[in-house]
Amino acid sequence: MTAMDDARGKPVKAGYVRPLDFKHGRVDMTHGGGGRAMKQLIEQLFAVAFDNEFLAQGNDMARVPLPPGRVVMATDSHVITPLFFPGGDIGSLSVHGTVNDVAMAGAAPVYLAAGFILEEGFPLDRLRRIVESMARAAREANVAIVTGDTKVVEQGKGDGVFITTTGIGVVEDGIDIGGARARPGDAILLSGFVGDHGMTIMSTRESLAFGADLQSDTAALHGLVAAMLAPVRDAMLADPARGLHALRDPTRGGLATLLNEIAGQSGVGMLIEEAAIPVRPQVEAACEFLGLDPLYVANEGKLVAFVAPQDAEVVLAAMRAHPLGANAARIGTVTADPHHFVQMATRFGGRRVVDWLTGEQLPRIC
Amino acid sequence: MKYIDEFRDGDLARGIAARIAAEVRPDRRYHFMEFCGGHTHAISRYGVADLLPPQIRLIHGPGCPVCVLPIGRIDLAIRLVLEHQVTLATYGDCLRVPASDGLSLLKAKARGARIAMIYSAADALELARRQPAGQVVFFAIGFETTTPPTALVIRQAAAERIANFSVICNHVLTPSAITSILESPEVRSFGTVPLDGFIGPAHVSTVIGSAPYEHFAQEYAKPVVIAGFEPLDVMQAILMLVRQVNEGRAEVENEFTRAVTRDGNLKAQALVSEVFELRRSFEWRGLGEVPYSALAIRAEYAAFDAERRFALETKKVADNKACECGAILRGVKHPRDCRIFGTVCTPENPVGSCMVSSEGACAAHYTYGRFREIAAPAA
Repeated sequence: MTAMDDARGKPVKAGYVRPLDFKHGRVDMTHGGGGRAMKQLIEQLFAVAFDNEFLAQGNDMARVPLPPGRVVMATDSHVITPLFFPGGDIGSLSVHGTVNDVAMAGAAPVYLAAGFILEEGFPLDRLRRIVESMARAAREANVAIVTGDTKVVEQGKGDGVFITTTGIGVVEDGIDIGGARARPGDAILLSGFVGDHGMTIMSTRESLAFGADLQSDTAALHGLVAAMLAPVRDAMLADPARGLHALRDPTRGGLATLLNEIAGQSGVGMLIEEAAIPVRPQVEAACEFLGLDPLYVANEGKLVAFVAPQDAEVVLAAMRAHPLGANAARIGTVTADPHHFVQMATRFGGRRVVDWLTGEQLPRIC
Repeated sequence: MKYIDEFRDGDLARGIAARIAAEVRPDRRYHFMEFCGGHTHAISRYGVADLLPPQIRLIHGPGCPVCVLPIGRIDLAIRLVLEHQVTLATYGDCLRVPASDGLSLLKAKARGARIAMIYSAADALELARRQPAGQVVFFAIGFETTTPPTALVIRQAAAERIANFSVICNHVLTPSAITSILESPEVRSFGTVPLDGFIGPAHVSTVIGSAPYEHFAQEYAKPVVIAGFEPLDVMQAILMLVRQVNEGRAEVENEFTRAVTRDGNLKAQALVSEVFELRRSFEWRGLGEVPYSALAIRAEYAAFDAERRFALETKKVADNKACECGAILRGVKHPRDCRIFGTVCTPENPVGSCMVSSEGACAAHYTYGRFREIAAPAA
């Protein structure tokens, strides 16, 4: 009856917009159209959840101050099925993934940018759960999501939600940690159990209902990195040969892929001990069942450090003292090898190559 | 993992290794073929060869179902899925097998073919139940181990009158392949492939039992030891083979007594013969046409035979000339004897089938063993 109210001279409530229906509403094409609906989604969902002074400026970009040091940048796209899984969801994962990439330079992450590609028809309540989980993960990691973007694609052209995050961090001058710096003799330290994330995702997917007590290890690792740096920082500043040489998180492709990447990048070989690699019995059992190798299964909250031999013990102790590194272990040593082979002494007493993964890891038949 | 770790124990392995080393005669060599891909995989993955004395040579046999599948069969599946708008359900291992025109099932998928990776035959039938409007074709592959589950879903589909489900049957038989190897001129007349015994299949034998191998022991005087797929099983089987050879015996022995009996699984055998019959001949990669070596769906279940439903025909395709898969599968050559091994043919870009599955002799050697060819530095 607005028209009649108008006719009687009673003004309509100024700027009234029906609030988003987070219970039954769904994403539609207007949410990416650049009009009121998009503005509303941003204001009522993203701005409320991520809430910080830079985002509040309402610009298409964020102008932010940075602490001293060199800027570290990383970007990561997240396309996971299922969107929610034991231990996390695509929201927390999209924060941890990028924060960890930044942290692997020994940097403290400070800001994130987030790009969302939403599929038409995606329920708003699920979107809210994802965005709130993202906000929580960012707060816990002490990073601010300062700018972002939303696009909507037609039904059938997306998989619910895709999230791309870009992170910015700062690393102290004089600290040079990188994949090309592993040297023969370096100790290879792993921060904990491998394969938890990948096997959780596999077991959550429809047809494989096993491993009820397994959950993803998704976590932000920059706190652990800072704890590892603390005891060796001064030595590293005085002598670049000391301390942490390379750090990387074994995500897609798992531990085996990471070791091959670093071996190639640094021009070295590696020898690892199968018996020293921590694998949970549930993960080992699930891998056994599916014919997979836990060394190639994804992780989202683990890191591998290549450390100068004289500093290995103190770094390992620092890892074990941190909650995310309680099960850390020394799993092997970097060797000089012109062929850059990663070799493993098997528990059985033999030796074999741990090679690059070919294509995707697929279950065996026999 | 209880009941598994026991069979991977390094201390026990060293004990058996010491016994093998003590019992082999220094003046002779022992050539044993492990028939199964499962054994090939275990040998490479656990580094079993490192524990054996130099007198023992292991030859990888043709027991990897993906490796022996001829190109023509994959071509047939690709034609079906691209031309008939069906969903093809198959095991992950099959997806990367190279076919004609640079295609594979995985590449056909990128061209819009509907291909579903499944973990069991039951998954394929479930897929058909869930999408009654579309045809689902199960590309069934494997030796005697995976045959009963295929028989079961065909029988189930018949009982439920599921009209949108059918099967391309590629199931093959172990004993015929062993016969083909033993009858090959390299083994029989030329003696270019010395073969002193077989490590017999594990899972296959749980179904067919140990009796079918007695023929090889008697007729061809070759010892057979049926072994489980764990590395200690393999070590123990090698020790038993060495003893048979040393004592001049050629018998069927069963190391895998925890799962294999003489008669096998009679219920599964009955199920298989209810649904399948012998094909008069089937092409194997590497072995060529092998008589009575594969199964086809019986006329009673013809409605579920995709080859009949879609009038499919297998066209013979020659293997790549440079590829030595055939000779490797027969034990005539080693992967390192192949000119394109590790250069043109790699796991990323397989030319031959032995490079595709992790159970294939070439892929196993490339992935786990090729460092042995290059003197790798000690740590």
